[in-house]
Amino acid sequence: MTGHKYMALDGNAAVALGAALCRVQVVAAYPITPQTPIVERLASEISSGKLKARYINAESEHSALCATIGASLTGARAFTATASAGLALMHEVTGVAAGTRLPIVMPVVNRALPSPWSLWCDHSDAMGERDQGWIQLFAQNAQEALDFIIISYRLAEDERVLLPVMPSLDGFFTSHTVQGVKVPDQELVDVFLPPYRRSKPYFDFNEPAAINPLTTPDVFTEAKRGHQVAMENVRKVLPEVFGLFAQHFKRAYSPITPYRIEDAEIILVCMGSMVGTVKHTVDLLRGQGLKVGLLKITAFRPFFKTEVRECLKYAERVAVIDRSAGLGSEGPLSLEVKAALYPDGPAVYSFSAGLGGRDVTPRTIEKIVKYTATHKSTQDPVWADLKGGVLD
Amino acid sequence: MKEYPVIGQMLHNGLTTCEGCSMEIVARAMLDILGPRTVMLTPPSCSAILTGAGLETGWKVPSFMSNLEAVAAYASGISEAYAILGVEDVNVVGFAGDGGTVDIGLQALSGAVERGHRFIYVCYDNEAYMNTGIQRSGATPPGAWTTTTPSGKIGPKKDVVAMLAAQGIPYLATASAGFIEDFQRKVRKAKDIDGPAYIHVHAPCPTGWRFAPRQTVNMARLAVNSGLWPLFEITGHRFRLTYRPKQLLPVGEYFRSQGRFSSLDDSALDLVEKEARDSYERLLKRHEEENG
Repeated sequence: MTGHKYMALDGNAAVALGAALCRVQVVAAYPITPQTPIVERLASEISSGKLKARYINAESEHSALCATIGASLTGARAFTATASAGLALMHEVTGVAAGTRLPIVMPVVNRALPSPWSLWCDHSDAMGERDQGWIQLFAQNAQEALDFIIISYRLAEDERVLLPVMPSLDGFFTSHTVQGVKVPDQELVDVFLPPYRRSKPYFDFNEPAAINPLTTPDVFTEAKRGHQVAMENVRKVLPEVFGLFAQHFKRAYSPITPYRIEDAEIILVCMGSMVGTVKHTVDLLRGQGLKVGLLKITAFRPFFKTEVRECLKYAERVAVIDRSAGLGSEGPLSLEVKAALYPDGPAVYSFSAGLGGRDVTPRTIEKIVKYTATHKSTQDPVWADLKGGVLD
Repeated sequence: MKEYPVIGQMLHNGLTTCEGCSMEIVARAMLDILGPRTVMLTPPSCSAILTGAGLETGWKVPSFMSNLEAVAAYASGISEAYAILGVEDVNVVGFAGDGGTVDIGLQALSGAVERGHRFIYVCYDNEAYMNTGIQRSGATPPGAWTTTTPSGKIGPKKDVVAMLAAQGIPYLATASAGFIEDFQRKVRKAKDIDGPAYIHVHAPCPTGWRFAPRQTVNMARLAVNSGLWPLFEITGHRFRLTYRPKQLLPVGEYFRSQGRFSSLDDSALDLVEKEARDSYERLLKRHEEENG
């Protein structure tokens, strides 16, 4: 027995199969490109009776997340998925899901936020939610997209955490590209992820309470602090869950993953589907004698500051590639890395690339490395693939 | 003299609603029928006062403070989740004002009704955003003063009851804070509907309408007895008036005993009265056609 089936799946199908393997009980969703195939597939699994769950065809993403929150409040395992403008529409209630401490899993298939309109990938949608108190994981490929759904429920439902999780996968690059994916057997998933049982229900008819009420200045700070403590707990629980997952499924993950950094003078930092291309380019440049490495960020929230610092502190220079512009400042990942290295780490160079679906090619990454190697410092974020820009 | 039962024991005493608040009367009467196996959803609004602030709550049942536009969306999720968990005896109830219902909450309400989840939605219509300090809503009647219609509202009162009737909702009713037994009968019916049920309760507000708090129930009764707020229900597609005044009162007393209608002169009231009569006549005709 191998414990899995090897299948050709795109990222969306992998996510849908992941959710079905988690035996989600309520799916509430609204169609939006490039997420739609996830919920179409789940609707079909439910309609055929393969998945015993209720499907709510919400009339908007806002209502989809509200319905998911409502379902989760009863103790059901609840799921939704979204992207771009849909996530932005949910923004008001992403805070409710997190502040009410609900173990919802909501994959985001990253797509640029308007304006102008774009169907294609960047991380500006997920970045709009970065301070809402959700755990945010970024998948590199379809296998991670599937595995992170299973990992997310296990993490979210841990009573030391009780927070919603937003696993991200890059629109089209991951969501619509067919890859070989190991789909775990249901029995294995059932052992790893037992049915969700809250020790104390939210709606308790014997001890009724008001959930999510108006709070006074006397209470609000302490409620927020509880949320922050749960986030801090993730630093401990996520590596535990990754470890447990590796035992069950023989695939190892980590909140951050270094690659060839031991003697690296320049370390590239990035997340999402571009990690694969950067890894490939690191190998190419190593072949040319350049001492380059990569730090892949999987967990963006909470940000594993200490671990990031440990990986980067011996580099001479660090080049962060954000897939969102951070208008008026610089990319959010770059800001996180700088904060992690403050006050005495290596120089950090901030790049943005791949906005609105522009391909992040090995050529772009090479230019980023060469710019970093030959410039003493950079004041401004560099738009690495801008036509007519400094690297063009 | 008639003996009245003690009502409203499913809410705690000492709530911070305004003196003479009809929303509180409606809430107490509603929970008397629904009982303890009820989940209450309130948006930020006057009804949120019942859900409470800080560490206190008014309800003796579990409650959740919804977002203003999303009461019916939350209800959808709770209702379907209880269904898949095999919990069949819980009433999922949205309790929202007119702003949270006819304006910002209309999309979620319409969507949830169209999908057919089992839930009860009770709108207490005090005809403006009262909790934020008396701003106009879509349900504010023409001519009414509010802080955002200082010379009186222009345009009609939005008729969400008709909209939901057009959607074919399984149970639909109007009710009044002045006719509690009629309202409670409707809540009892709504409780047994296997699908969405909607009750729109006319709920006079002494603070926003400018009348003495002791007149709340009288004001509600005047609206009904003047033909301005007919009490009916639609079950499936069958329409039935649930209360028929022996003779309709002139509308003047209702309008002149509140402070918010000073922009309407007597000729405007004549028009209002004519419209109210015509509309009531149509309903009476429909009632007779459909009930023999």
